[in-house]
Amino acid sequence: MASASEADFRTRLQDWLPKLVLAPSVAVTLFFVYGFILFTVVLSFTSSKMLPSWDFIGFSNYVRLFSLPHWHVALKNIAIFATLYIVICTAIGLMLAIFLDQKIRGEGVLRPIYLYPMALSFIVTGTAWKWFLDPGIGLENVMQQWGWESFSFTWIKSNTMAIYTIVIAAVWQSSGFVMAMFLAGLRGIDNEILKAAQIDGASNWQLYRRIVIPLLRPAFLSAFVILAHLAIKSYDLVIALTGGGPGRATEMPATFMYSYTFTRKEMGVGASSAVIMLMTIAAIMIPYLYSELKEKKE
Amino acid sequence: MSVASQDTAVSTGRITRMLIYLILLLFALFYLLPLYVMGVNSVKPLSEITGGNMMALPQEWTLDPWRSAWSTAQIGVQATGLKPYFLTSILMVVPAVVISTMIGAINGYILTKWRFKGDTIIFGLMLFSCFIPFQIVLIPMARVLGILGLAGSVPGLILVHVVYGLGFSTLYFRNYYAAFPTELVRAAQIDGAGFFRIFWRIMLPVSGPITVVCVIWQFTNIWNDFLFGASFGGTTQPMTVALNNLVQSSTGVKEYNVHFAAAILAAIPTLIVYIVAGRYFVRGLMAGSVKG
Amino acid sequence: MGFLDIRNVTKSYGAVEVLHRVDIAVDEGEFLVLVGPSGCGKSTLLNMIAGLESISGGEIAIKDRVVNGVHPSKRNIAMVFQSYALYPNMTVGQNITFGLEMHGTPRPERDRALAEVAKLLQIDHLLDRKPGQLSGGQRQRVAMGRALVRDPDVFLFDEPLSNLDAKLRVDMRTEIKKLHHKLKRTIVYVTHDQIEAMTLSTRIAVMNKGYVQQLGTPKEIYDSPANLFVATFMGSPAMNIIPAKLVVENGRALAEITDAGGKPLRLGFGAGNYSAWEGREILLGIRPEAITDPEGADRNSHNVQPLHNMVTVTEPAGADTFVTMVLSGKDVIARMRADAAVHPHQPFDFAVNMEKAVAFDPKTGDRIQA
Repeated sequence: MASASEADFRTRLQDWLPKLVLAPSVAVTLFFVYGFILFTVVLSFTSSKMLPSWDFIGFSNYVRLFSLPHWHVALKNIAIFATLYIVICTAIGLMLAIFLDQKIRGEGVLRPIYLYPMALSFIVTGTAWKWFLDPGIGLENVMQQWGWESFSFTWIKSNTMAIYTIVIAAVWQSSGFVMAMFLAGLRGIDNEILKAAQIDGASNWQLYRRIVIPLLRPAFLSAFVILAHLAIKSYDLVIALTGGGPGRATEMPATFMYSYTFTRKEMGVGASSAVIMLMTIAAIMIPYLYSELKEKKE
Repeated sequence: MSVASQDTAVSTGRITRMLIYLILLLFALFYLLPLYVMGVNSVKPLSEITGGNMMALPQEWTLDPWRSAWSTAQIGVQATGLKPYFLTSILMVVPAVVISTMIGAINGYILTKWRFKGDTIIFGLMLFSCFIPFQIVLIPMARVLGILGLAGSVPGLILVHVVYGLGFSTLYFRNYYAAFPTELVRAAQIDGAGFFRIFWRIMLPVSGPITVVCVIWQFTNIWNDFLFGASFGGTTQPMTVALNNLVQSSTGVKEYNVHFAAAILAAIPTLIVYIVAGRYFVRGLMAGSVKG
Repeated sequence: MGFLDIRNVTKSYGAVEVLHRVDIAVDEGEFLVLVGPSGCGKSTLLNMIAGLESISGGEIAIKDRVVNGVHPSKRNIAMVFQSYALYPNMTVGQNITFGLEMHGTPRPERDRALAEVAKLLQIDHLLDRKPGQLSGGQRQRVAMGRALVRDPDVFLFDEPLSNLDAKLRVDMRTEIKKLHHKLKRTIVYVTHDQIEAMTLSTRIAVMNKGYVQQLGTPKEIYDSPANLFVATFMGSPAMNIIPAKLVVENGRALAEITDAGGKPLRLGFGAGNYSAWEGREILLGIRPEAITDPEGADRNSHNVQPLHNMVTVTEPAGADTFVTMVLSGKDVIARMRADAAVHPHQPFDFAVNMEKAVAFDPKTGDRIQA
């Protein structure tokens, strides 16, 4: 019994087999996600144009990026879009969830109606809203046909207002999902807490403002994180709805990156814009994921 | 999920309730409106749209726009309709969903039942990859696909979707298996079952619900993807890209009725999944966002 | 050398040692209970015997074969888990024979073994059901069946009764004891319930903070606890611990305490030489049942002493009445016959069986050997 303390084959196999099976996934993630991120970061410090080059030029791309009017438009648009998108989706989602939670008859019919847009692709959503908001055939035309001759709705053709049509379509697509998140949160609240508050004399308004909404904090946080990262990544919807136009009026960081990299062949600048996008999302997601994973450990 | 009762204890007055019903109904109309517009106008002749009212029911019903969208509409340079692109999407989605779900299942099994030092970090890295803006990987991915000779091919798209779908499928199975008692695995070990046998005989037979959730999520996401399809599809483009090309094409008359029919065609698979398995669809959404 | 030998076994996670040099030899047919509060290391030790956790130091041997590093399935052990760990997708019959199947036992033999075990545990009628369709007690039986069918050298039980309701727990406890009498197998049983430990075991290892505090028969553990931890952990209500001063008078050791009014009184120890502790502070340990009314005192005891004190509270509990009083500023509980004429806020004449009293060193907590 020389090797009394040494594990037998089966025990050792059981020790490394799981790691071996997991290894390809880890390798793929490290290469295709983190390796590629690194590649793009490095690229953003080079003078790459149509093809990658390894001529390092420091922060020049970033300097140039922030001097480009298009990038400023994109930043302004994403600020408007993300703010309105998050605020309106949260407001509508919360309102619908609270209303649906009032022993509503027909909840089983309404809920799927609110939620189905989430199953559609942004391209489909964009196509539907593009023509619905088109002044020639859509809403404006309909209103005028119905006798409201002076009705005018030309946001989608307007340099200053087109960004808001993207907000409308995006809110249409995602607010039902936020509703579902809040509804799940509401249904998870112990009814006895509400009864206790009512016995304490709280009105419905006070009940929601002082007890229920504070208890929904986790749902608010999740909704914010999900909506924020969707907003920053939003690309498809802009392409389908406005194509970034009129002109470049609805340029967003995601469309900016794509057109600078693949159409204008300024890969270095495109890479630097992607890095900025990643850093913004990381600033939101990493603390969130960290706290979620840490919580679970206990 | 908590077992709290379905209703709140809150009671409301008559007028408040009427107001609530009114608002709920108005929002239902808001959500249904685009679907109605697409549906109604996809069965109208073009003249009724350009010369008439978008909200009106068709005076003359026709399925021509659907036929055109499916098999004759001009997409890109060729008048093929959406048919070949639909096929591309199917050929891309099915393997990508199957592969990413299978790998996700075994990853989740390892990360919960065969824990080792650093497993949380590995999971964190995989999880974060779900949320990155994919713009950051576009440039190197295009090059790697080129080097592998997979650029503009269905296998290339499958690879991309499997790689970037792994995070979510692993998340689903990890969260599901985490609630599965580890003592069962220990009992099976004492009984003499090994790593793979425990997975096949003990874990997989109880993984039905989460597999449905994961498959639905991956299917919806991959079917609806546009960025990867547009970037790496080349001439083998999925439905979303073809739809966008059709709608954005600047040549000829804008056939709105065909666009609407095409949009519905692109939406039908995911809508069917939603209608048939809505319960699982919602659960997937929630698990993907609220960690579950 | 025992049948199951735990020699100098330690467990560490990184630099943290959670189990310190455990040394236990278990004879064939013994029923060893590992008992202690949660986090004491008892389950870790059990998992190390099973092979589910690695051994950081020392060795474990079953039938003289060192099993460090041997895969759980090759140790010829069987385990019953707290959650029963029944495979939800398999029938009861498949659950019980899964281990045999994995070990390549042919079908007819499996069926024979299954029938035998099912009869022994009276679960014949359940064999085709799924675990989800069984009650808690039935699941418990199936889990035991799964262990029995393997005919292992050692049975390991990890808190098997803690998921059952109070009544079923008592029934199953009796059942397990009967089974042990009948089959005479070697069992290591983990629990946090000291009553389970007392009733089931042939020997008990009381554990705390990764140390075996005391290893002995239930009687040794109960009557001669090695230290304050064992004294207070085993027994319910817990042993009364009363600060006292040791005085020696005419060669006899006495514990000097104060009554509810602060008046000093003395209780004499029986035999034993406490001279080294003369004039020093000690902790006097008296079990509740050693403080009674005079009529209820143990007739076989040679050292029952009177104690006059004020009663604080009485709690009739059916068979017994628990009486609380204050001694040396501490609440002290006495356990009396239900019909003892004792009333709150009135003085009462107690009888203390000092034969059962023990003394502890207040600094180390160890019992003073006298």
